[in-house]
Amino acid sequence: MRFVDEYRDGGRARSLAAGIAARCEPGRRYTFMEVCGGHTHTIYKHGLEDHLPPEVTLVHGPGCPVCVIPMGRVDDAIHIASQPDVIMTSFGDMMRVPGGQGSFLDAKAAGADIRMVYSPLDALKIAKANPGRRVVFMAIGFETTAPSTAMTVLRAAAEGVRNFSVFCNHVLVIPAIKAILDSPDQRLDGFIGPGHVSAVIGCEPYAFIARDYGKPLVVAGFEPLDVLQSVHMLLGQLAEGRAEVANQYARVVPWGGNRTAMTAIGTVMRMRPHFEWRGLGFISHSALGLADAYAEFDAERIFDLPGVRVADPKACQCGEVLKGVLKPWECKVFGTACTPETPIGTCMVSSEGACAAYYNFGRFSRERVKEATRS
Amino acid sequence: MTSEPAADQAQRGAPGTPHRTREEQVLDRIDRARRRKAVVKEERITLAHGSGGKATQTLIQAVFLEEFGNPLLAPLEDGATLPLGDARAAFTTDSFVVSPLFFPGGDIGDLAVNGTVNDLAMCGARPAFLAAGFILEEGFPVADVRRIAASMAAAAAAAGVSIVTGDTKVVQRGKADGCYITTTGVGVVERPVELSASGARPGDAVIVSGPMGDHGAAIMVARGDFDLESPIVSDTAPLHGVVSALLDALPGHVRTLRDATRGGVATILNEVATASRAAVVIEEKALPVRPEVTGVCELLGIDPLYVACEGRFVAVVDGAHAGRALEALRRHPLGAGASIIGTIRDDPPGLVLLRTAFGGTRIVDLLVGDPLPRIC
Repeated sequence: MRFVDEYRDGGRARSLAAGIAARCEPGRRYTFMEVCGGHTHTIYKHGLEDHLPPEVTLVHGPGCPVCVIPMGRVDDAIHIASQPDVIMTSFGDMMRVPGGQGSFLDAKAAGADIRMVYSPLDALKIAKANPGRRVVFMAIGFETTAPSTAMTVLRAAAEGVRNFSVFCNHVLVIPAIKAILDSPDQRLDGFIGPGHVSAVIGCEPYAFIARDYGKPLVVAGFEPLDVLQSVHMLLGQLAEGRAEVANQYARVVPWGGNRTAMTAIGTVMRMRPHFEWRGLGFISHSALGLADAYAEFDAERIFDLPGVRVADPKACQCGEVLKGVLKPWECKVFGTACTPETPIGTCMVSSEGACAAYYNFGRFSRERVKEATRS
Repeated sequence: MTSEPAADQAQRGAPGTPHRTREEQVLDRIDRARRRKAVVKEERITLAHGSGGKATQTLIQAVFLEEFGNPLLAPLEDGATLPLGDARAAFTTDSFVVSPLFFPGGDIGDLAVNGTVNDLAMCGARPAFLAAGFILEEGFPVADVRRIAASMAAAAAAAGVSIVTGDTKVVQRGKADGCYITTTGVGVVERPVELSASGARPGDAVIVSGPMGDHGAAIMVARGDFDLESPIVSDTAPLHGVVSALLDALPGHVRTLRDATRGGVATILNEVATASRAAVVIEEKALPVRPEVTGVCELLGIDPLYVACEGRFVAVVDGAHAGRALEALRRHPLGAGASIIGTIRDDPPGLVLLRTAFGGTRIVDLLVGDPLPRIC
């Protein structure tokens, strides 16, 4: 397919891989975190690790939107969805995320009207088509999806759609990266920065990572060659003793971000003083709620929520996986008690979750497979 | 298999063997967990149970197979092959709940006929007779019933089968989505074939009979949920003709035939890998997918390997005769786009591996649920 195949070319991958191997200092280990779940998905889907030398390890970061939703928020959403006059709408990824009392899929089977949408505007459309029902959009995601939620609220306000509201769970990427950098067990040499988030916030907000923590970050696109090139760029910086923010994804990400999108977020949303992240705990100023001016569209104010905090299951080590401290397969319940059919932790739910990506795409011994697939 | 793999097995079974990494031990533990008896953990049926993926298989094994278990059902093929004196009959059934009822390239009527005809064809049978059951919703237009019936009649004539018995029920408004159809079919197995998902052997070739995902992509676009427009039409078609051409060209060398409906080609390959205790290794570059189907799938974040076809099948054939199989298929209009997509290997058993165009390797697993229910 045009404009896609070019970025999946095996020949170019091999020459880039040779360049990567050449930039590795003998005996030195390099550990890079791809922050964004979209990158994790790309890495596994295209078998990108086969092109990396043993010196380079990729660890999977917290940037999978559903992976960081704590169980209590899922329970709150199901509570809303279970009201008789409510239609709950959400992205497909949310459907299987376990709360303390089951998932959306379970709630739907028990009678709640929960519908999958591809965009918040679809939720607004459902609200207009069902004036007698209250339609709630379960908003999840980083700065990537927050603008479309904000724009939808603005449209609902402009069109006077009174039966539409948003259950806002938007989170911010910078506080998550900072939490990981401040975590005592991290041993990272650099970051592959999120592409779509950066298209909104730009590259400036990452400056502190290079300045204060001395680590390079390369904003990367989502095709496999993008990711491979970003690794090459990170190694280039390290070889020269530099730590800078660089933009590999300039074809989409303007250095200054998208002002219109940021304005929409700033108008409709407010910073929460703190928010709970699955596995990472409470992080200050790390999430968005709806601004007071749009309170009438805020499901948290419209509905009486239980708001009960549910502790993560003891056996679940999603937190360590999200911080990149554990590889997915190093979790005690990985692949036995926790599988994509019956996920315990959120990392096993979304196709962008590190555990699901590894289980679905990478669950094999590379050595044995190399033997088996030798032509 | 000689003593070598057995020794390998013993080594893999012994935890702590210095040659094995911790990751490999975990992988073995997962492999054992996956082979445990299936248990339905949900309290209620969810849409995932109808996806054709893991949840469906768990439901079938833990409930239906548990209650009905018998040697004819146990292999879970597309249909059962029944010994009737000196002859053999193939017997199968399929229900259709597709939404929308009418879509580019077909409707629920021809889909219901072709679906059952194809299940018989996959048993190596000549389809002969069909039964049709209708569940109609109060208020459903009679003109639509007539249109669906006419389409079934045309599809039956084209496939050379007669619809010889049937049933009609009407349920209250809101209790069904217009029209559901169940078709049951009987066919005659005239060749001495032994087709089974468990028949694949190392060295065999894996062939798909044409571009993947046309039906599923056509339905997705036709639903209008995504504001997409595309010229994609469903590939619904009766396959017994092209199957005959293949079986005639390769007597005794075709191991497995499966039509790639719900769950797509990926689901079939997983069934073959599991039933044959072999590895299926496929090449991304060899996968036939129309550019417009790739486009729709790329937009929606869906892998065409999992998208339903209604006129394509997967064949596993003796590797030595793969070229001849491909020639025979390509000579038939319904096999013109056939492609050899991979091979059967002995290790690692039970896994489907994809060598990506990018130059890496990954697993192609069963999906848990289906992002797009009611495709057929």
